[in-house]
Amino acid sequence: MNDTLHLAENLVYKRPKTLINVAMHYCPGCGHSTTHKILCEVIDELNIQSEVIGVAPVGCSVIAYDYLNIDMQEAAHGRASAVATGIKRVLPEKLVFSYQGDGDLAAIGTAETLHTCNRGENILIIFINNAIYGMTGGQMAPTTLENMKSTTTPFGRNVRKMGYPIKMTDLVATLPGTYYVTRQSVHTPANVRKTKAAIKKAFEYQRLDRGTCFIEVVSNCPSNWKMTPVDSNKWLVENMLPFYSLGDLKVPSKEEN
Amino acid sequence: MAKVKGDVIIDIDVCKGCLLCVDVCPTKTLAPGTKVNQKGYIYVVKVNDDCTGCTNCSTICPDAAITVYREKINK
Repeated sequence: MNDTLHLAENLVYKRPKTLINVAMHYCPGCGHSTTHKILCEVIDELNIQSEVIGVAPVGCSVIAYDYLNIDMQEAAHGRASAVATGIKRVLPEKLVFSYQGDGDLAAIGTAETLHTCNRGENILIIFINNAIYGMTGGQMAPTTLENMKSTTTPFGRNVRKMGYPIKMTDLVATLPGTYYVTRQSVHTPANVRKTKAAIKKAFEYQRLDRGTCFIEVVSNCPSNWKMTPVDSNKWLVENMLPFYSLGDLKVPSKEEN
Repeated sequence: MAKVKGDVIIDIDVCKGCLLCVDVCPTKTLAPGTKVNQKGYIYVVKVNDDCTGCTNCSTICPDAAITVYREKINK
């Protein structure tokens, strides 16, 4: 091994400094931790650590404030976007984001989320969709796929009884208040880089005061899907992505930029 | 011809042994180890010197446990 390799000039990746150096409580391979990591990388790259205020949800990411070294506020279940609205209106010069899971944003917080987007609040909403209630033990969530097994749907989700999976991102994309709506994932290095670029863009749009930015991150839940992390990512590709197709649902037109 | 030489350093206290990095490593430099860390996870270890510093592992790593170095060597 040659000695010059470990010089600082050859460093190509290190843990972002905004991510506090502790082991996160997430299960091995969880998409939440990947999203935390890229969010911190974006904050580091834009050098906005002192300007960002995050709102943590209820769910697996309930103690996100223990990992992100920024100002954060905890919200009641589902109300993160409403709390973020309040923070942004009082401190309009700050960059505000809410970080929510699917049980939080798409079930108990549907009204808050839709109305925040409809009002066009100038915040960023990061929506982690793993099609299940992870923290409470794998119950059916509104985003659970048709015929997908969970602890409350042991024979698969019957859409006649339990309704259809909800595509929140498609819903909010139809609202005039939203400015940038996209669906990304974190299951391959390429997708992680795309999600990171999307978060970066959303913070830049927020500076321009353009309206709500909404980023859905299709994620895995190895523990509650009862798979290894690698298998869960394969399952995500085979089952989640055909329904929750990746890509931008609403992008600003070129003239606006 | 310029050749690229890379190296990975794994933070064994943070690694949870999810093996996503092993799956994406193009040179098979990473492999599951045989020891457990303080949390009881079997952490990943470096098994060869073929690393090119492509940062695939550090990009996919959910716990930001991997530090990557890359250097160009002129031969």
